[in-house]
Amino acid sequence: MPLLAAFLTPLVGRIGSQARNTFVIVALAIVQILVIIVARDVYANGIHVYTLGAALPSLAIPETHMVPVRIILEVDGLGAFMGLMGATVALAGAIYSISCMKLETGQDRFYTLLLLLAASMVGIQYTGDLFNLFVFLEILSISGAALAGFRTRFVDAVEGGFKYVIVSTVAALLVLISIGMFYGQYNLLNIAALADAMQYTAIDKIALALLVVALLTKSGAVPSHWWVPDTYTPAAGGTSPIIYGASLTCLAALFRVVFSLYGLKLSLSLIGWVVIIAGLLSMFVGVTMALRQTDVKRLMTYHAISQEGYMLLGVGVGLAVLGDPQAVAAYGREAIAGGIFHVINNAFFKGLLLLTGEALFFQLGTRDLNKMGGMGRNMKWTCAFFIIGALAISGVPPFNGFASKLMIYESSFHLNPMLTIIALVVSVMTLASFTKVFQAAFTGPEQPEYAQVQGVPLSMKIGMGILAGATVLFSLFPQFVVDTIVYPAADALLNQAGYVSAVMGGA
Amino acid sequence: MSTIVTNAPFIGVAALACVGLYIMLAQRNLIKIVMGITIFESAVNLFLVSLGYRNEGIAPIFTNATGTHMVLPVPQALTLTSIVIGVATTALMLTFIVLIYRHTGETDAKKSRRVKG
Repeated sequence: MPLLAAFLTPLVGRIGSQARNTFVIVALAIVQILVIIVARDVYANGIHVYTLGAALPSLAIPETHMVPVRIILEVDGLGAFMGLMGATVALAGAIYSISCMKLETGQDRFYTLLLLLAASMVGIQYTGDLFNLFVFLEILSISGAALAGFRTRFVDAVEGGFKYVIVSTVAALLVLISIGMFYGQYNLLNIAALADAMQYTAIDKIALALLVVALLTKSGAVPSHWWVPDTYTPAAGGTSPIIYGASLTCLAALFRVVFSLYGLKLSLSLIGWVVIIAGLLSMFVGVTMALRQTDVKRLMTYHAISQEGYMLLGVGVGLAVLGDPQAVAAYGREAIAGGIFHVINNAFFKGLLLLTGEALFFQLGTRDLNKMGGMGRNMKWTCAFFIIGALAISGVPPFNGFASKLMIYESSFHLNPMLTIIALVVSVMTLASFTKVFQAAFTGPEQPEYAQVQGVPLSMKIGMGILAGATVLFSLFPQFVVDTIVYPAADALLNQAGYVSAVMGGA
Repeated sequence: MSTIVTNAPFIGVAALACVGLYIMLAQRNLIKIVMGITIFESAVNLFLVSLGYRNEGIAPIFTNATGTHMVLPVPQALTLTSIVIGVATTALMLTFIVLIYRHTGETDAKKSRRVKG
């Protein structure tokens, strides 16, 4: 659906910019509705498999080959979950961009790229085939890089886009090498079929290493986090949250690969601890670098890195104990659920914060915190949204950040108390840096040159409001959200046998 | 000796990949870095195609086939997709280099950095 809309957008744009904007919003709203419908279906009925070009996945070319040769789309708990996140973030970002991008040229291309990015986000999660994953990864990279570097009059935008495309291309090539290795060994590209046929040979280990490194790079974990601030900061309009959502989908693709493809055959403690350590480093480096930033959006992107550390920590803990059923039941499942819950929470409140940062830039023309002051009186809605986002990200109790972080703290404590201590310290430092931003940007004496600044236009408020509303919704009903959306996703990851049999055995 | 001959494509892959990696890491001119990435991409494509080779296999086309022992067609499809994607990404990278040059007048990676910290 978004792909179709993406290609129709330039045509509609010829009619007029109003028509095009409406078309984009309607298309994304339809995507959102479809994703919700699919999600409800999956939660009620189990894993859904859709085969492109045949009725069942195991139908083959009749004459000579007996292997499944179709590309399948497969939606399970994790896919539905990430699809929800992607659609919501894309919709909010698009609505936000309507007024943010009004003065820019080339808007047709902007919306086309935005729709392509949304399509690839949903596509990565809904696919059951490794090569399809690679193709969507590349679509994501190209559209994300073009959107990051969209405002070519700023040199940092161009630099950010360039770094993103280089990093993404190299990471995607590594993924392609590992796909080649899988194909050479097993003659299969279907994730479920590979999981069935996998013997954990030396080549598989190399492929695993390549996949883990490449997908960690694409999601922006330390030590390959250096492209993240340069890319998210100058991203045009409302696309910073969408590009961030794209990185989160790469993270979920990593989880999909590690859990559903390899599952119990991994040397779990090693890979689990690699993920945990990557998470810890990300958390710590992200937040310490954030403390010294003077650029509002750059500070927030360092926080994005640090929050991804939380997600990696949660899922890494679950991964490290995957082979031990009692540990899994006791705290592994909760760890994975905490990590995944944190993914969607982060998409919402980090996206909200990035949008508020962009709102400040839009109204003031600068992102430098040293120059701002006292905007709380002029931009009341933005200030309110910022407070919601900042409290949520620091894990302050009424908000959903607290719920997911609590799950992560509780479960990582069982594995090793040091993990919890580091996570708590990072949380405190997060709150510290957001206090700094709040004080610098919104309170304090009013700067004379910005005294005439008004609040942001309506569509930007609506875009921010969607994400803020989702944050508040998740904060008020965390148990409901966790039970309906998060635990099925965690179970989908843990239940590798179910995944395989749903795809292969359902035939 | 025959091991080297049968594995010659893969040795070529390794050589190309090493060359591409070295260029990516060691060069400072932006365009040369993109060239390094392109070489690495060619190495990966070569890897994919040579995976599919079967000894004495013919091209995988059913009409007028002289036998049924064919090389695998799927890696060829993968490689075609990868080549097309490579074209798109290389175009995008080069566009960005042109824009960076317009802004900073430099194509040296160290001198054209404007964002720090």
